[in-house]
Amino acid sequence: MYVAVKGGEEAIENAHKLLARKRRGDLTVTELSITQIKQQLSLAVDRVMTEGSLYDQDLAALALKQAMGDTIEAIFLLRAYRTTLPRFNFTQIIDTSCMRVERRISAIYKDIPGGQALGPTFDYTHRLLDFSLLADDYENEGDDFLRNSETETHNVAPQLSAVNTDKIDEYPKVLDFLKQEDLLPPSKNITKSVDDITREPLDYPSSRSARLQQLTRADEGFLLSLGYSTQRGYGRTHPFAGEIRMGYVDVSITIDELDFDICLGEICVSECEMINQFSGNRTQAPQFTQGYGISFGFCERKTLAMALVDRSLQAKELGEAIDTPAAQEEFVLSHCDNVEASGFVSHLKLPHYVDFQSELALVRKMRKEHFSKNLADKFKSEEHANG
Amino acid sequence: MDEPYNFAYLDEQTKRSIRRGLLKAVAIPGYQVPFAGREMPMPYGWGTGGVQVTASILGKDDTLKVIDQGADDTTNAVSIRQFFEKTAKIKTTTKTDKATIIQTRHRIPEQSLTRDQIVVFQVPVPDPLRFIEASETESRKMHALEEYGVMHVKLYEDISHLGHIATTYAYPAMVNDRYVMDPSPIPKFDNPKMNMSEALFLFGAGREKRLYAIPPYTSVNSLDFDDHPFEIQQWDDVCEICASAESFLDEVIIDDEGTRMFVCSDSYFCEQQKIKNEQCQPIVLVSES
Repeated sequence: MYVAVKGGEEAIENAHKLLARKRRGDLTVTELSITQIKQQLSLAVDRVMTEGSLYDQDLAALALKQAMGDTIEAIFLLRAYRTTLPRFNFTQIIDTSCMRVERRISAIYKDIPGGQALGPTFDYTHRLLDFSLLADDYENEGDDFLRNSETETHNVAPQLSAVNTDKIDEYPKVLDFLKQEDLLPPSKNITKSVDDITREPLDYPSSRSARLQQLTRADEGFLLSLGYSTQRGYGRTHPFAGEIRMGYVDVSITIDELDFDICLGEICVSECEMINQFSGNRTQAPQFTQGYGISFGFCERKTLAMALVDRSLQAKELGEAIDTPAAQEEFVLSHCDNVEASGFVSHLKLPHYVDFQSELALVRKMRKEHFSKNLADKFKSEEHANG
Repeated sequence: MDEPYNFAYLDEQTKRSIRRGLLKAVAIPGYQVPFAGREMPMPYGWGTGGVQVTASILGKDDTLKVIDQGADDTTNAVSIRQFFEKTAKIKTTTKTDKATIIQTRHRIPEQSLTRDQIVVFQVPVPDPLRFIEASETESRKMHALEEYGVMHVKLYEDISHLGHIATTYAYPAMVNDRYVMDPSPIPKFDNPKMNMSEALFLFGAGREKRLYAIPPYTSVNSLDFDDHPFEIQQWDDVCEICASAESFLDEVIIDDEGTRMFVCSDSYFCEQQKIKNEQCQPIVLVSES
């Protein structure tokens, strides 16, 4: 009965109770702990942190638990919490060339100084369901390597990787070799402060820093499809994965009173540096161009997609035609945020009966006029035939 | 969960920045002021712009009324009212005349508003040019140059295709003879209430991150043509509950045969009318008690 929508107070209360019950599920099944989510659903946690723009594994895991595994809902929860946090300081720019690497690959050279390190990747797994995981006590009979590095989970990968772990900090950036040869534009030293889209609304045309922020927060699925579209023919940019690395970097701040940086700790990030086809003109020698993607945690797919879209969005600066969806700044940046998108799409569930009533009244009026006109025309033509 | 958050949820710095935006909006009636909208704990599209405006202007002595589709008891209105009861512990009311701030979605109350009241609108798409010009860069330019010809072309096309202007809600209006604005998806029935109103009207679009305002006693003229003057919706029926013939009526389907009933969309107005009627007709009072 429609009346139920009015008098919503009790309905809301009941809905919340039903939701709580649904979230908890069967009470005879053990409740999921935040630690379990953090440990065993870590990629979901990483995505929630990245798109939620807050590096906090516990809160991201909590959000996932509260959202019953709905990633976008969890991202939204984290964002709504994040926005209330006071802002103390800006950190120094993180330096991904000094990364404690867990994975690092390049698709453009067979071998690179420091070596290729696969790390914990799905890439070469066969996607066959592992039915042994069905058993609850899988770990008890699990292989020894699972137990070897139980002190710190993050160390699992380096120990198993093909890299000599002693040289863990010595991974030169692959793109630097191209920069040395002037085949890529040099890295710019960032002197002025970067834009902050959470404090100043996105404005068009947007700066690259604002763009990259928006893309980092952007929905992975949306970027993935847009990036894919550039590969399929809607804006070919001839991408190569120059280097993809994932691992830990220091985060430090500078305090005015002190003349040295203070390291706050480390965060896990994924980074993708994409190399794309040439720019250049009569005065400027041909050079490769670049797309960049970064995320918290292990969100490799996201960083690849982001790098593709970032490169497409540079069309204007590079003097290319803006004739594909991925190159249209306003289209991409205004629609890539899943908290905004999901909110606005789902608001269609809210009552619209006042607006609908207005449309109803007009459509009825127009139909009435339509039929009376037809009737009049018919009458007229009959009269004409008879006359 | 109340304690970790500031009065009315937002931190004071954010509220100050929104108030600065609102001052600018009041100074330039109808102009869309960009502001750094925050994520709110309700989804975009559910009134985050309105909630941020309300949070920013709300004082401890304010009395808040929240309506959706004209009614205080619609689910989203209940939810937003509860949000402020919880985070600001302010007084709330359903009485239009008792409220100092009225947050609304899709309606303006039927009862005339006073100089002591502020109406806060929840706005989904703040730019009236958006569905004609998709690009923000372009539409901002058009507003700056007062290039509104396309709006009239759109209305003209409606008339030539359909015989009527097909916009029935979110009907564009010229504010203070300068900016064309989107009054939010209120029915065009409510547009005349904005003209020379005593109350201050504030508009917040959270997802689009825009604020705009109509200060008291500002002219608001709905776009039209000399030979097709602006007109508001009319009903053949009257409200089934209070018999009002001058309010906006909702159509309610009451049985499986599709029988319809018309009732006031403004629930408080309807209540008041009913009380008035009962005072005049004691017989009705007896029969209904």
